[in-house]
Amino acid sequence: MLRLLDGPQTLGKGPKFWACFLVVLVAALIYPLFADSYDVGNFAYFLLWIFMALGLSLMWGYAGMLSFGQTLFFGISGYTYGVLAIVMGGGSTTIVALVLSVCMAMLAAAILGYFMIWGGISGIFFGIVTLSATLVLAFFLGQTAGSEWHIGAARLNGFNGMQGMDPLTVGSLDIEGSVLYYFMLVLIVVVYVALRMFVNSSIGNVIVATRENPQRAEMLGYDVRKYQLLAFVIGSGLAGLSGALYTSWGQFITPSSIGLPAAAMPIVWVAFSGRSDLTATLVGSFLLLFGFQTITIYSQQAALVLMGALLLATVMVAPQGFVLGVGRLIAVRWKRWRGGGVAKTEPARLQPDEV
Amino acid sequence: MTLVEVKGVSKRFGGLTAVSGVDLTVDAGEVHCLIGPNGAGKSTLFKLIVGLYPPTQGQILFDSVDITQQRPFARVQRGMSIKMQAPSVFRELPVRQNIQIALQGHVSGAERDREEERLLTLLNLATEGEKLAGALSHGQQQWLEIGMALALRPQLLLLDEPTAGMSPEETFRTGELIKTFNTGGMTLLVVEHDMAFVRQIAQRVTVLHLGKIFAHGSLEAILQDEKVAEIYLGKTHVHH
Repeated sequence: MLRLLDGPQTLGKGPKFWACFLVVLVAALIYPLFADSYDVGNFAYFLLWIFMALGLSLMWGYAGMLSFGQTLFFGISGYTYGVLAIVMGGGSTTIVALVLSVCMAMLAAAILGYFMIWGGISGIFFGIVTLSATLVLAFFLGQTAGSEWHIGAARLNGFNGMQGMDPLTVGSLDIEGSVLYYFMLVLIVVVYVALRMFVNSSIGNVIVATRENPQRAEMLGYDVRKYQLLAFVIGSGLAGLSGALYTSWGQFITPSSIGLPAAAMPIVWVAFSGRSDLTATLVGSFLLLFGFQTITIYSQQAALVLMGALLLATVMVAPQGFVLGVGRLIAVRWKRWRGGGVAKTEPARLQPDEV
Repeated sequence: MTLVEVKGVSKRFGGLTAVSGVDLTVDAGEVHCLIGPNGAGKSTLFKLIVGLYPPTQGQILFDSVDITQQRPFARVQRGMSIKMQAPSVFRELPVRQNIQIALQGHVSGAERDREEERLLTLLNLATEGEKLAGALSHGQQQWLEIGMALALRPQLLLLDEPTAGMSPEETFRTGELIKTFNTGGMTLLVVEHDMAFVRQIAQRVTVLHLGKIFAHGSLEAILQDEKVAEIYLGKTHVHH
């Protein structure tokens, strides 16, 4: 099983890579000892979005399906968590609410994905349909301000959003502050490692084959629709995990976290980072979220303009992603410096327009 | 024993009838070539057998099972394997991974590794394993795709112009390899333009013209058919 941690589908392998991984992990573990609680809370906030980015990387980068629906499943799960946390009485039941919320997002993804994939929707139309579904949910939730829109004691509250749900609690321990930070960190390591093993497995091989040449993959006897649906459900489920964690973190959720500007964000993070690699997505998304938050303190408009400019620059200069391009460049330079020559697969992949 | 039976199959694209009422049988263990001029409907018939197009009418049987409504992957799982006309490989993946993806559904562990090496050596690609498939020459990509088709250990191997873009030496070698596969018990249906290649491999030939079966039989009989030779194959190519 462990040999799947390194494989053809993931950049970064061998003892040096994992040593760097451990250094970063240890730094992340001791960070709360040196930072104030406000910064730790902010970091936990950045980390909760990483699941959504990793899910999009799996769907878009590995399976070749550009889903504009990450915030759709984020919203479904986020609202489900809110409703369940209120209806089930909060407290220690919130962990059940979290699991059920993610299941709900995956079920919704399975239904939508089935009709799209079995209906032969692919390419740009996949993006259009998922975006349409996202906007439908955002508009629907926006008109739920009336008191008739409630599930048990949980009012949906229209554009003002749901509030009043309990944060995650395990036993008598509230998952807030630095506990939340560690909870996120453990979840990210588990999800990242599991996804690495998944994409390097035989199923991952077929998923990548489906992206490269679906007809050839089918001609090798694989029902490509099942593999696409699997990637879509897992990727959307990860967006669902972000959604439930977000609602738990802030104890509120509004339709604006689903609508168009929010839906575009994961695309920008993953495109900038390098959609076809999990590590690049993890690092790039964190850097962008951190940068965005820092700039937002001074000017939210400037932060949004910068995001747009970054997407434009990515498309024009580094269509495979900036972080991925830089990672490959470092790998090539390192090998040259060590006199080990350049890997045979690198020259064709490291096009000048990619870095 | 009949392995493939095409019964009254037609395919229309709007007003164009590409294949019209074709009946064709491929016997188990033979090398059957499908020839004819451009636009004869060879590739369309090939795609109908593979399942890339649904027929407008007619029926296709494989190993006595009606597969007319089955998707390509289901036909492959029954024992077909296909090499398309233009090289169809996973261009952005290494050569070795291309073979692995083809193999992994059928064999695993040490046997998979052995089979991977055997195929790479057989295809003259042993030194190219780490290269991206898209970086191979056109001929090498054809070889790789043949290797991927072979990795499935099919009962029936369908080859659509397998030697397109190959040098005469590579073409000859492909022919010899096809004969080796056939000796091992594999049935082959080959769409081909190159008459020298057809002469090298064919045991039975079907000539298509304007979407219909024009002639069929042994290669000798086809070559002696003046009408076929003059009109569809070009006399100069036939007499040597």
